Amino acid sequence: MTEKRKISLTVNGESREVDVEPRWLLSDVLRHELGLTGTHVGCEHGVCGCCTVLIDGAPARSCLALAVTIDGSEITTVEGIAEEDGRLHPLQESFQKHHGLQCGFCTPGFLMTAMPFWADAEDMTDDELRKEISGQLCRCTGYSGILASIRGAAAIARERQGER
Amino acid sequence: MTTKMFGAPVQRNEDPRLLTGKGRFVDDFESGAYGAAFLRSDFGHARILSIDTSEALALDGVYGVYTHADLEGLLSEPLPLLIPSPNLFAPRTQYALAKEEVCYVGEVVAMVVARDRYVAEDAVGLIFVDYEPLPVASDLEGASLPDAPVVHSDMPDNVSGRATEEKGDVDSAMASAAHVFEWRFEIERAAAMPMETRGVVANYDHRTGSLLLHDSTQAPTGVRGGLAQLFGLDPDSVHVVAPDVGGGFGMKVIQFYPEEVMVAWASRKLGHPVKWIEDRREDFVGSNHERGQVHHIKVAADTDGRILAMDVKFINDAGAYCSYGLIIPIVTAAQIQGPYKIENFRYEYRNIFTNKVPTSPYRGAGRPQAVYVMERVMDKVAGELGIDRAEIRRRNFIGPDEFPYEVGVAWQDGGNVVYDSGEYEKGLDVLLEALDYEAFLTEQKEAREHGRLLGLGFGCYVEGTGIGPYEGAVIKILNDGTVNVAIAVGTQGQGHETVFAQIVADELGVAVDAVKLVSGDTRRLGYGVGTFASRSAVVAGNAVHKAAQTVKLKAAEVASRSLEVAVEDLVFADGRVHVDGAPDVGIPLGQLAIISNPLRYAFGKESEEAVLLAQRAYAGSDRPLPEGTSPGLEATEFFSPTAGVFAFGTHAAIVEIDHDTCNMKILRYVVHHDCGKVINPMIVDGQVQGGVAQGIGGAFFEKFEYDDEGQLTNASFMDFLIPYATEIPALELHHTETPSPLNPLGIKGVGEAGTIPGAAVIANAVSDALGQPIDTMPLSPLKLFELMHPGHQEA
Amino acid sequence: MKPPRFEYHRPSTRDEVTSLLAEHGDEAKILAGGQSLVPMLNFRLAHPGHLIDINHLEGESTEPEMNDRWVTFDPLVRHVGAERSAIVEEELPLLFEALRYVAHPAIRTRGTIVGSVAHSDPAAEIPAVLTALGGEMVARSARGQRTLHSDDCFVGPLVNGLEQDEWMEVVRFPRRGPGDGFAFEEFSRRSGDYALCGVAAVARPTPGGMSVSLAYLGVGVTPQSVEVSARPMAEYQHPSFLGELEHLVAAELKPYSDIHATGAYKLFLAVRLGTKAARRAVAMGVPG
Repeated sequence: MTEKRKISLTVNGESREVDVEPRWLLSDVLRHELGLTGTHVGCEHGVCGCCTVLIDGAPARSCLALAVTIDGSEITTVEGIAEEDGRLHPLQESFQKHHGLQCGFCTPGFLMTAMPFWADAEDMTDDELRKEISGQLCRCTGYSGILASIRGAAAIARERQGER
Repeated sequence: MTTKMFGAPVQRNEDPRLLTGKGRFVDDFESGAYGAAFLRSDFGHARILSIDTSEALALDGVYGVYTHADLEGLLSEPLPLLIPSPNLFAPRTQYALAKEEVCYVGEVVAMVVARDRYVAEDAVGLIFVDYEPLPVASDLEGASLPDAPVVHSDMPDNVSGRATEEKGDVDSAMASAAHVFEWRFEIERAAAMPMETRGVVANYDHRTGSLLLHDSTQAPTGVRGGLAQLFGLDPDSVHVVAPDVGGGFGMKVIQFYPEEVMVAWASRKLGHPVKWIEDRREDFVGSNHERGQVHHIKVAADTDGRILAMDVKFINDAGAYCSYGLIIPIVTAAQIQGPYKIENFRYEYRNIFTNKVPTSPYRGAGRPQAVYVMERVMDKVAGELGIDRAEIRRRNFIGPDEFPYEVGVAWQDGGNVVYDSGEYEKGLDVLLEALDYEAFLTEQKEAREHGRLLGLGFGCYVEGTGIGPYEGAVIKILNDGTVNVAIAVGTQGQGHETVFAQIVADELGVAVDAVKLVSGDTRRLGYGVGTFASRSAVVAGNAVHKAAQTVKLKAAEVASRSLEVAVEDLVFADGRVHVDGAPDVGIPLGQLAIISNPLRYAFGKESEEAVLLAQRAYAGSDRPLPEGTSPGLEATEFFSPTAGVFAFGTHAAIVEIDHDTCNMKILRYVVHHDCGKVINPMIVDGQVQGGVAQGIGGAFFEKFEYDDEGQLTNASFMDFLIPYATEIPALELHHTETPSPLNPLGIKGVGEAGTIPGAAVIANAVSDALGQPIDTMPLSPLKLFELMHPGHQEA
Repeated sequence: MKPPRFEYHRPSTRDEVTSLLAEHGDEAKILAGGQSLVPMLNFRLAHPGHLIDINHLEGESTEPEMNDRWVTFDPLVRHVGAERSAIVEEELPLLFEALRYVAHPAIRTRGTIVGSVAHSDPAAEIPAVLTALGGEMVARSARGQRTLHSDDCFVGPLVNGLEQDEWMEVVRFPRRGPGDGFAFEEFSRRSGDYALCGVAAVARPTPGGMSVSLAYLGVGVTPQSVEVSARPMAEYQHPSFLGELEHLVAAELKPYSDIHATGAYKLFLAVRLGTKAARRAVAMGVPG
């Protein structure tokens, strides 16, 4: 058996130690070792974007990262973005409101890709926004619901501010 | 009064789960399962001389390596032919593992089960197969010729089936027509490519002799029946679940893919859960494709552009095997007349084997080809006769007073094609107004004067949906007022948990999110057919409606006894049943459920009240559960449609071709669509939008590059180009609602409508822009370059 | 699609990388961003016996640095670090423009500039930019360091100019000169895809006009240079320039055919995109 290495990750704010074979992909370690099955695997060559997570705050393909190489990093997955009280993140709520998902398989990748910029999305041009999410494939929606969802998230966040 | 949910853009019940990573897809089950991988043929056609598995077996962590020699009984025979037909005279289905011959690149030859998928892949690389290459029939037209290499060594040629039908008298009509044209059209392969590949996890329990299978399938009930038979198990011991499925688009409806039976078999053999998740490379060569056809058309028209007769001869690319029978050519032949009235019509098709991945329905299923051919014919006749392209369609439409309309050919369910209802001209008018068609024609004229290559294309279609034989629904009201619904048709993103809940919500007067729907779990409902052919909303929807009515009647009877009021005087609203005109006098649905099940175990004050009410309700009867009643508020109902129902619409695209790159840009894509009564407009829009994206993808981006040896040279998402958001335009959607008279809800299916006219629309638009015929599809910038610069061909 | 087995090494200094390579050379691969290597591992198109993971090198800069002549990229400067760098925006406008075309945002957060050069994909943007600008790379081995001019960096498709025991330590691009103009053009099927054809253009002032260096991607086994000799500004904008470039391109380029484009189509694109890029670069420059 190949020798395993212990790595330390901070996953959704929690410290996790896990023994990994050097060849294991981060996507597999998240899903099968840490039980975080919300990250989906669609192509394992970096084109579909379903497996996108945040590595140290930046969207990246978990199928193109060996888990061993991101030892010490902070990972955020789709399981880690809802608010502390369990309420959906404004971006998640917006996807429900604007029908930004159908089968839901690509959805975590779109959410994680949009995490860094959703708050500014309503001021982007249509072309800019499309360019930001190019790199994520969706086979169900034709993207219109996804574009509306990302664009609409800031308004939901503002509404929530108003409630407070 | 509760607001009506049917017809409202209700947000989806399934979304919170899917948005928080709590969806359950097939790979999310049985994390401790062994990993399976398959060795696949590298040859388009070859004889297997020997297979050496010794090195693979010797690898640490490998638990089993299997070839056909390990299979016994039914499993060693070819997999079942799902849809036989008298016209399918030479069917071939593949073995669970190839026996002596491989007939396409990707055909499974051996299976490895190991500690995990990594090790299984290592072992696959250590299996050595000695092949004797055989001649390959890769090209569809080439394979159809008499002297072509044979795809299957035991066949004299590659024709697996043939059929022909005629209505009217085509030859006479041709002989006397003012104009007769002959054209050839070709359309290449395409495929579903759902973001979630296929996958199966099996857990066979030797103690109970039962099999639990999680399968990313569109037809769990059929999988259960087949596996029970294959393994000699009682069907009640086989439990198949189609959990959340990450897109299917028809490709996941096939029973059986070899892996489906092999994973179950291996779990039984090893006494341990076994999992196989198809990887993307496998998906390209191991999951079915569709679409490849070549048509030769002869068409007769009068001087006004009315089509008098049409003669259609086509060949259909079956790929190497045909477990799904002749469904694709049947649908093409049955739907090619589209919305047009053609008095004299004849078709003949041949289903041709090729040494490529087998084909079976992919979203559209034979219709995209049919619509492409018919709509090109309309444009070409219009061009030949100098008639406006919208006008020629108008002249040929079936009129609104001509329904039910006998199309005059056989349908896939064995009956005749009869259109139930339609308003084709009205639909076109909606589209033309949205387009501002006259203004476009002026703009196009000016643009051309400036050298711009601007074009518009139409695609009119009729889509048969909602075929039988049946679907069912089980509805149960729980003690807390929740309404549980089970249906057999699994969901791959169509929003079943919401649209069927809307139907129930209206009937029972409950909130949509009080309805919890489970689909595709054979223990919840053992009878069902599957999610395909745009049939779920129509067939399962009406079954849900019936079951909701039955359960409502049961609840009303219990309420009637409890409240001592006639059933007719009861109203269902806000989760309660109350007396008409006296909203305060009523009982919550959950309490009625308790009353209807006279037990004494329930917790809580409401339950105590219910027990008292139950005593009152049943006071007059001689036993706790009166004769003729059953405990609980539960009903199972089935709906079987008398015939399919036919949705319709017209799409139009305005495109511009760039002189510098020869690329095509879609400036506008406008849709008119009619699927009868709409349950949830938000979801219907989503279905159409997603479908259009697949139509555009198939018309301009996605192309399989097979070489002469049957090798797929672009089996990755890097080279097979599914459009991103940057390639798909914003759509403009317009609906009309022409109800179907054939079901109580008046609905028709919508799943495939968006995709069907894609090739037609793009071909017609580009043809208009370039002033050249586009009679082979798909297109690409390279093809446009070669059309625009014929002098620049390769030496 | 899972990577094959390999022995994993995690050096923390550049010297360790060098000695690991000296030991395992022909069997070793360097893992930096992994955006090209890991797909090849997943497809099992690469089977390195040893993987040398340089992501944990200590004290490495993640942003480009500048001296009087060069903008320098150390091995862990990722695309996103270059994209957001004011130095790149001001001193390397050509690279700045080209980065927009490199794959997708979630790839650029991991991929490195040095890795792109080392990967030597003839359809990739950064090798063409390096070629157009006449940049350099520094190769390092136990035998010492040597500098390779961009013309020597790229030997063939996915083959760089390194020896087996060498690794690419640094890539540097010359800072813009006074009056230089730049433009990048490419055509790909989808946003972020490898280009069917692309071109990086550098216009340099000459007495009374400008000359233009074009470096093409996607049309050869390495980035392909085409030099447009000095001429007055107006000649570039004249309709006849397209015909002149057509002659130049036809003489210099022998594009291969692939599934998306024949050689003839690539030549056509090379002329159209080259004309556009040259005109834009010249318009941005200041003639001598």
